[in-house]
Amino acid sequence: MNEIKRIYRDKPNPRPNRARQLITNFNFVVGLTLLSVTIFIAVLAPLLATDDVNKADPRASFMPPSANHWMGTDKLGRDIWSRFVFGGRVSLVIGLSAMVIGMCAGTVMGIFAGFYGGWIDSAISWITEVLMAFPGILLALTIMAILGPGVNNVILAVGIGTIPQFMRMARSAVLKTREMDFIDAARTIGCSDARILFRHILPNIIQSVIVLATLGIGSAILEGSSLSYLGLGAQPLTPEWGSMINAGRTFLQNAWWVSVFPGLGVFLAILSINMLGEGLSQVFDPVNQ
Amino acid sequence: MWNYLGRRLLTSLSILIGVSVLTFLMIHVMPGDPVKVIVGRLTTSPERIEALREELGFNDPIPLQYLNYLGRFVRGDMGTSIRNNRPVFDQIMEQLPNTLQLALITVTISTIFGILIGIFSAATKYSLVDRVLSFISLSVISIPPFFIALLLILLFSVHLKWIPAVAKTGDPRGLILPAVSLALGEIFWLARIVRNAVIEETNKLYPNLAKSKGLSRPGILMKHILPNVLIPTVTAISIQLVYILAGSVVIESIFARQGIGGLAVLGIKNQDFPLIQGTVTVLAAIYVVVNTITDIFYAVVDPRVRLG
Repeated sequence: MNEIKRIYRDKPNPRPNRARQLITNFNFVVGLTLLSVTIFIAVLAPLLATDDVNKADPRASFMPPSANHWMGTDKLGRDIWSRFVFGGRVSLVIGLSAMVIGMCAGTVMGIFAGFYGGWIDSAISWITEVLMAFPGILLALTIMAILGPGVNNVILAVGIGTIPQFMRMARSAVLKTREMDFIDAARTIGCSDARILFRHILPNIIQSVIVLATLGIGSAILEGSSLSYLGLGAQPLTPEWGSMINAGRTFLQNAWWVSVFPGLGVFLAILSINMLGEGLSQVFDPVNQ
Repeated sequence: MWNYLGRRLLTSLSILIGVSVLTFLMIHVMPGDPVKVIVGRLTTSPERIEALREELGFNDPIPLQYLNYLGRFVRGDMGTSIRNNRPVFDQIMEQLPNTLQLALITVTISTIFGILIGIFSAATKYSLVDRVLSFISLSVISIPPFFIALLLILLFSVHLKWIPAVAKTGDPRGLILPAVSLALGEIFWLARIVRNAVIEETNKLYPNLAKSKGLSRPGILMKHILPNVLIPTVTAISIQLVYILAGSVVIESIFARQGIGGLAVLGIKNQDFPLIQGTVTVLAAIYVVVNTITDIFYAVVDPRVRLG
């Protein structure tokens, strides 16, 4: 009896406990905490703000951080902390909405390309390759040149820029799923193409699409804030981290706080998502085990 | 090999055509009259606009307009800038060397340090050193390059006064801060890729065989693992090169540097469409060319690619 027990005890656990691995993973825990704080700040902005975001006070311009103004004031004497919390809202909304646009458009395109193949596949693949020929921020810049400045246009421009990655992922996932038996079975019982695509194939790939979208929010925030930094995004009255950094750029010498706090905001938002992604891949990616 | 080469070049050509269609359509999908877009803010009489419309060929059918546009582009005629009436092609040729200089220096810095840090990290994998390096990598990657640039200016130009933020043309010190701002993120991005690639190769079986033959650890690394890590590394570097070129758009305008990126931003701010078309097309064309060269390089070093 004892011997059998010992053998049983030495056998390695065949299925590691993912949840336990996740909550003990440094990157995952820190990333999740940072992300929660960022979302908390953005959601509760009206409660956290100590002042009206656009209340100018010429006598109080460029005040350093103090008890009254936690992050100091800018050129017009506006309270940076209040603009910071509302700016986080705008930046997060830009990142999230852009990802949703890119995710929906890209996934639908990828599903069609992968499912139908042939010339539809070639055409859609060609479009995404052309989009990918504009690396990094260049595509978003080109689209902004056409649409003109504004927050909504930034969302659209960044969103279109993320289409290719979703399209490619959905397409290759569909190519793998298409040949499976349950698709044949669905066809045998008379399902329409649309039904197969959206009831049988989409649920199979949605999980990886959502993971990709979550991890992409970081770079979407980065691109959105870069566009605002260049003066193409949020207009002066709307607080947004990128445009706040830009507004403080010329006063760096005397008033570092105008740029540095919103910059830290962008940094922490992106870092939280990157750490979350790193933690997830450390636990779930077989390469890391 | 020739078969593969032919197919690859054909794909690149079709992408270049797509790029030109997109930049051509830019003016036509703009709300409003394309002629007024071209003329810009200048006030002109309706007769003059009509004459310009005929002169610029806007009365032709769209496909014919596109072919003319493409023909002019191929011959190096990208129109004239609305702002200063100078040929766009000349302006780009003036500014491109500055940007290429910045991009090449940045890529050199990031390649050297990225590979070194990556290999070091992989050699000490899962140790405290590796974990600290991984954390630093993730943090540096998360800082927007334009914010890195501002922090560097704050530290080195404002406080320490070592390097001027905006250098005169010809002053080599003017390259340091822009190159470092662009390179920092790229160094750690490359380091992560190299680290993961080395660890993945180490986990395969052939290093065990090499070890059992009596090869030393550095020997295994140099002779067996690094050649296999070459392909993902070269991919990463080629991606970085074009991303640095695109990233120069933001960095050049921070440091008020001359360059194609600054030119593109200027074009967008002034609604100078010929200038935007020219700069965007040139950057996209560089991307396509770099990509093609990388793919051909794979085919040369890896028979699985050209035969597959």
